[in-house]
Amino acid sequence: MSHIFPKSANKLPLQIIIFVLVLVGVVTAATTYYATPKYTRIGYAPVQPVPFSHALHAGQLGIDCRYCHVGVDKGATSTVPTAQTCMNCHNQILPDSPALAPVRESFASGDPIKWVKVHQVPDYVYFNHAVHVNRGISCVECHGKVNEMEVVRHEKPLSMGFCLDCHRDPASHVRPLDQITNLNWTPAQASEHAKWAQDFVKNNHITPPQSCTGCHR
Amino acid sequence: MRYAYLVLAFVVVATVSILGFRGSTSTKPPLEVFPDMDRQAKYKPQAASAFFADGRADRPIPPGVVARGDLRDDAHLYTGKAADGSFASGFPSSLSIDARFLELGRARYNVSCLPCHGAVGDGNGITKSYGMGATPTYHDDRLRNMPEGEIYNTIVHGKGNMLSYADKLNAEERWAVIAYVRALQRAQTGTLNDVPASHKSELGIQ
Ligand code: HEC
Ligand code: HEC
Ligand code: HEC
Ligand code: HEC
Ligand code: HEC
Ligand code: HEC
Repeated sequence: MSHIFPKSANKLPLQIIIFVLVLVGVVTAATTYYATPKYTRIGYAPVQPVPFSHALHAGQLGIDCRYCHVGVDKGATSTVPTAQTCMNCHNQILPDSPALAPVRESFASGDPIKWVKVHQVPDYVYFNHAVHVNRGISCVECHGKVNEMEVVRHEKPLSMGFCLDCHRDPASHVRPLDQITNLNWTPAQASEHAKWAQDFVKNNHITPPQSCTGCHR
Repeated sequence: MRYAYLVLAFVVVATVSILGFRGSTSTKPPLEVFPDMDRQAKYKPQAASAFFADGRADRPIPPGVVARGDLRDDAHLYTGKAADGSFASGFPSSLSIDARFLELGRARYNVSCLPCHGAVGDGNGITKSYGMGATPTYHDDRLRNMPEGEIYNTIVHGKGNMLSYADKLNAEERWAVIAYVRALQRAQTGTLNDVPASHKSELGIQ
């Protein structure tokens, strides 16, 4: 009687098990690489109705973030500016620029410009700008170097792990309160700054929440 | 078995070439992998609304509404005008003018006014070189002698080419900015006699 299966078939179960293990490894790697905020969010840079450039306004002209984002140190939301804020200057600077037509229209009619939102936490997360900005955390920690961006781009994952990394160790992220909106700031003396930061966190009782109710209610 | 590995390798290459690498710029909104309760039926600030005719979730305050604790019955503090309707001189009595107040004024001035009026109030802010020639200097007699209430009125309602800054500064901050403007004006007219004796040696003057 001849053999139905060749001899090599004896090795098949083992080979299948190895293949399945490899497959699981590849799928896990692909999921962590592609299905987490580090891939899904970072790099999101929507096309805005007005080609507004932070590199020009915040970087080159040196306008403070709070000139436009008025609410950032007062409340939870960092408000996106009204058309009037733009018209403060653009009633005299480039008053006829075609790029600014939606701004003039919005200023005349009172209907807001439809800016596309870039950063957005899920609705079950209660984020607050003022608690961070008034406690020595700069915009650059969560938004990257906006002052060098032609178009605002999602730079940080803003995932729960990202928030907690800092909440567990605020001392390595705080900076003097008058440098919050100076995104290019770096400590002159790293070792001195580390000591200053420890004291700053201790003296001001900076204790970011790590319990679930801090961010989820 | 070799074919299974070849297919797997092909799928990996195809995935990487379609999905690309982390951090590449894209104009497409982020994919929400498990959209559990990410977007709920509630309004967040500055959001859009399909319900209201103007499409805004933020509602304007109906006319005549006064928020609790926001009656604004102190005319001097909230309008800069005296009882007879003329611009008031001096600062409202409910504010104490001290170092903290001036520090607040300095911070707010540097955010809201500096781009046009310049760091020392000479009207040479960054915008001057881009075509805003009309920004005046604070250092002339008209503005030095102008009642504080009139400057307050300029901040709230704007004047000529300058639009209102009422949405950027609350009443206390506006007065703090005025106090800082006064300090800038004073600084430009300082003389040697204003330097306290204890600091003269630091400056090399006897
Ligand atoms: C001249 C006004 C102006 C200034 C100054 C300014 N911004 Fe903005 N900012 C805007 C406008 C308008 C938008 C909305 C359009 C866009 O996203 O480009 C915006 C959007 C943003 C966004 C994205 C908001 C979202 O939808 O998620 C961030 C983050 C931001 N700004 C940070 C900053 C920081 C940090 C600074 C200071 C370095 C700054 N901005 C200075 C006007 C300004
Ligand atoms: C402090 C003054 C100031 C404010 C406030 C301001 N801008 Fe500008 N903007 C400028 C200057 C200066 C330029 C450059 C003009 C030039 O290059 O000659 C400019 C250029 C631009 C341009 C390029 C226009 C073109 O035709 O090339 C756009 C678009 C623009 N601004 C949008 C905005 C928007 C939107 C806002 C409101 C969120 C705003 N700006 C607020 C000063 C300002
Ligand atoms: C601790 C992290 C963090 C810091 C610091 C921070 N932001 Fe944000 N920012 C966020 C998050 C998270 C969102 C998305 C909020 C949401 O979805 O409601 C956001 C949203 C925004 C928006 C869009 C409007 C809004 O509130 O949803 C603007 C504009 C903005 N930030 C500007 C700033 C500026 C300017 C600063 C610095 C003065 C700053 N942010 C500092 C995390 C931060
Ligand atoms: C770079 C550091 C840093 C990052 C990133 C950060 N936080 Fe914070 N967070 C702080 C600090 C510092 C405080 C202030 C703690 C205090 O005042 O005692 C704080 C406070 C808070 C509070 C206020 C708690 C209270 O006392 O009311 C909330 C809520 C919060 N963070 C949520 C978030 C969320 C959500 C994210 C992610 C999107 C985030 N944070 C990212 C540093 C950070
Ligand atoms: C510092 C703020 C913070 C704290 C503290 C925190 N979370 Fe979160 N959590 C977040 C943010 C931000 C997200 C949204 C992450 C995202 O969208 O990528 C989130 C998302 C989640 C999700 C949904 C994940 C998903 O993708 O569906 C769960 C579940 C969750 N948190 C549970 C918890 C639990 C349990 C705790 C307490 C041990 C906790 N969180 C504490 C900020 C926080
Ligand atoms: C976008 C540029 C700009 C900014 C920012 C700005 N101003 Fe002005 N300001 C002007 C211009 C232009 C004029 C001249 C108005 C005119 O006479 O047409 C002016 C005039 C004035 C005057 C003189 C008014 C008079 O009676 O002649 C005062 C006082 C003043 N500004 C105060 C302020 C204060 C305080 C701030 C900050 C809260 C501020 N300005 C911010 C552009 C600006």
